[in-house]
Amino acid sequence: MDQGRIRNFSIIAHIDHGKSTLADRILEVTEAVSARDMRDQLLDSMDLERERGITIKAQAVRVSWKGHELNLIDTPGHVDFTYEVSRSLQACEGALLVVDAAQGIEAQTLANAYLAIENGLEIVPVVNKIDLPAADPDGTSVEVADLLGDDPARVLRISAKTGIGVGEVLDAIVERVPAPAGESAAPARALVFDSSYDQYRGVVAFVRIVDGSFSTREGLRTMATGTRFDAEELGFFSPTMTPVKTLTAGEVGYVVTGLKDVSLLRVGDTLTSVKRPASEPLPGYKDVKPMVFAGLFPTDSDAYPELRDALERLKLNDAALVYEPETSNALGFGFRCGFLCLLHMEIVRERLEREFDLDLLVTAPNVAYRVKEKNGSEWVEVHNPAEFPREVEEVEEPYVAASIIVPKEHVGAVMELNNERRGTFDRLEYLSPERVHLTYELPLAEIVLDYYDQLKSRTRGYASFDYDHAGFKPGNLVRVDVLVATEPVDALSLIVHRDFAYERGRLLVDKLREEIPRQMFDVAIQAAIGSRVIARETVKAKRKDVIAKCYGGDISRKRKLLENQKKGKKRMKQVGSVEVPQEAFLAVLNITQGGKGS
Amino acid sequence: MTGHVRHLYVHLPFCAHRCGYCDFVTVVGRGGQHAAYVDALLRELELEGAALADDLETIFLGGGTPTFTALPELLRLLEALPAAEDVTVEANPETVTPELAAALRSAGVSRISLGAQTFRPELLRVLERVAGPEDVRRAVHHLRDAGFDNISLDLIYGIPGQSTADLAADLDDALALEPEHLSCYELEAKPGTRFTHAWGTELERQAEALEDYFERVVAQLTGAGYRWYETANFCRADASGRDFRSRHNLAYWLGRDYLGLGIGAVSTIDGRRWRNTAGLGRYLGALAAGRSPERDIECLDDDVRARERVMLGLRLDEPLRVDGLRDALDPAGLERAERLGLALESEGTLTLTRRGRFLGGGVTAEILA
Repeated sequence: MDQGRIRNFSIIAHIDHGKSTLADRILEVTEAVSARDMRDQLLDSMDLERERGITIKAQAVRVSWKGHELNLIDTPGHVDFTYEVSRSLQACEGALLVVDAAQGIEAQTLANAYLAIENGLEIVPVVNKIDLPAADPDGTSVEVADLLGDDPARVLRISAKTGIGVGEVLDAIVERVPAPAGESAAPARALVFDSSYDQYRGVVAFVRIVDGSFSTREGLRTMATGTRFDAEELGFFSPTMTPVKTLTAGEVGYVVTGLKDVSLLRVGDTLTSVKRPASEPLPGYKDVKPMVFAGLFPTDSDAYPELRDALERLKLNDAALVYEPETSNALGFGFRCGFLCLLHMEIVRERLEREFDLDLLVTAPNVAYRVKEKNGSEWVEVHNPAEFPREVEEVEEPYVAASIIVPKEHVGAVMELNNERRGTFDRLEYLSPERVHLTYELPLAEIVLDYYDQLKSRTRGYASFDYDHAGFKPGNLVRVDVLVATEPVDALSLIVHRDFAYERGRLLVDKLREEIPRQMFDVAIQAAIGSRVIARETVKAKRKDVIAKCYGGDISRKRKLLENQKKGKKRMKQVGSVEVPQEAFLAVLNITQGGKGS
Repeated sequence: MTGHVRHLYVHLPFCAHRCGYCDFVTVVGRGGQHAAYVDALLRELELEGAALADDLETIFLGGGTPTFTALPELLRLLEALPAAEDVTVEANPETVTPELAAALRSAGVSRISLGAQTFRPELLRVLERVAGPEDVRRAVHHLRDAGFDNISLDLIYGIPGQSTADLAADLDDALALEPEHLSCYELEAKPGTRFTHAWGTELERQAEALEDYFERVVAQLTGAGYRWYETANFCRADASGRDFRSRHNLAYWLGRDYLGLGIGAVSTIDGRRWRNTAGLGRYLGALAAGRSPERDIECLDDDVRARERVMLGLRLDEPLRVDGLRDALDPAGLERAERLGLALESEGTLTLTRRGRFLGGGVTAEILA
């Protein structure tokens, strides 16, 4: 296809603003899918996404419109997937910015729109859901036009649900989004913007051809990792896999690589031809650094190899996930994993449990810290509270620039929350007479757990939130250790701001007292900073543990009862001589979440 | 009779009323079947009698309410059973008349175990017991008058509505009757029963008090000079040196073989344990046809028997000889129990400390391999 007739675009929208519905409608209008075959929200292929109403993995669908080839590259819709959005945007020349006519602009819309603008994309603003009774198409159009510095008249007004205006959207894509401008005759280069694994065909790469062309059976090479393979099949999604002989500059499609080892092909890498290789790779993606860390341990320690294999699999299309082996005195062998954010962590955990049938114990998440030890000159990055030195010269913690959009009557509540979370006020501006855009600088540690929930509950669900990483800054942080019967329990250590240390220690110890069952002796639970104990509780010893009645007819049953009691003991994690149920390790999570706020 | 078994249990399931908390094999009413049941028991004795030794140590008639069985049938049974050094019969207080007491005594019964449960009328009502407190006292007097010098009382604690003061008063009332033996059990309310359903929250409240109750029971009875010889059993330490422990139950706790007759009865002989069907009709039918009743059978290998020896032996106040039981013990668990002051091992014996006995179940789980 002549590049002049190709348009590559994404849809940017806040969750629930109608991205999937619009995508479905586009497929229908362009007759890529007959209405009969139409399954709602065709692009979201994973169950998990459906359940959570979010889209995690980008995919691309090709449709035809008035003699043009349009490639819709799906983007994730959630606040925490900026990284993946940027991946998708790099494969496009334009983006539809979809805003709900009743809700107006949300913080994520802003963040993703800025991201698209930074990537040099042409933005086509669309106000959706104009059929709703509460819709304010005029007001919303002005808001969107203000944001983009565009004319409100150029903002398209549609209802993806009823189909009103969808044809105009496609026309606008053809008119406003620039055609790709790669060099057709140059050595072939393609950006791998996503991938998936098929158990029969191996790794399938989703690619945007930038220069030249690729043919089936051609020998290909990845420029960063140097992996060689033959293109077993080339094709595009329409929306089912449709094989073609060649993919040419400007096109979006897939390559079946036949590679069985998922680590051989990285998302963000450049594909080129073995015969006539390009000299320079495409600018890949910025390496994203995981900011939230947690230990993942199999509940059954025998499942460690399965967990390792599963993480390897997930890593294939989740480049942001990092992991390394971790050994805990309380939880045994597992992995220290790095995530982009808490949601990312939850999704990884759910996928591991659901797709790989693993039973996992996840420790309380923490952020990355930069630490200079006493008498040390080197800065080291610490991802695990258990490795945090007890004596530190200096500590830095990651901060974020937070952007919150909220109706003006909730501004006070947001400010209060941010003050509790060690936030520094930056800016307040009115987007409209009713809606305010607040920016704050906050320590990442203060938002990883329950910040978003708190924000939602304190603003009755009206606030929207997004953030960008804003580097490391000095923090007055201390390591709080938990000792159970004088044994330190590494999996329960946490890093907190000195001002909150006492309160958190107190809560943690209280919670553990509830979670640790009474034993045959008194069990002291202490929270300590270094050697200084800041909180203490005692789980009093049991005073009675007998089977009351045991005569001739009872013996077998009582014996089995006792054997079960013995098995139960074995299931508990042994900390020194104390049996600690696995639930207790999640207590840290609960206190960090419930410790403050409402 | 040429076997080695020296302990015989006979189950008499009939009751006037099934108490709400009861989970024994019982049959209410069926007056017409008492004779047929005794016939069946005697036929089962014929079938299994070869296992019994010539000189039996103990016979125990349990229930149900053995003394609710029509007296002529009960006496016919006692008459037909082999002689034994100790014959115990369980009785409910309201069934004990001077006539019954005298009849049992002359039929060779040496010991009576009386289900008192509590002396508080309102708590007796909660338990749906037929007897009142005065029935218990009267029964003891009738038994004494008939010449019984070995009487045991059963008490229950943790009854819905019970207070610590109620329990203390029960123990006082029981001690006032100077029984040779006392068994004190916590109320076991089985999930899903009508009783548990009716008393749910109150049972939870009682469960929280059980530690206090148990400590009080042990303190008050040992304080009165009774020997805490088994987890739930106490006996008078007589000046004459007579041993008032329940000889029949000691046989269970020492891992001896025993034969059980009747519905739901369990026997353990030569590494085999079996339980008769709990169905009265099936039991009667099988024996009327000259067959053994249907039975669940369990084979006990040496390992299981050793574990049972430890489990049962540690219930007693006497040291447990551990030779031959080593494989059933977990050395690390044993070491831990010793370090925590719960168990003592010396000269080939294992004993639980006083605190260890209060935690006997947990300690045993710890010590068992």
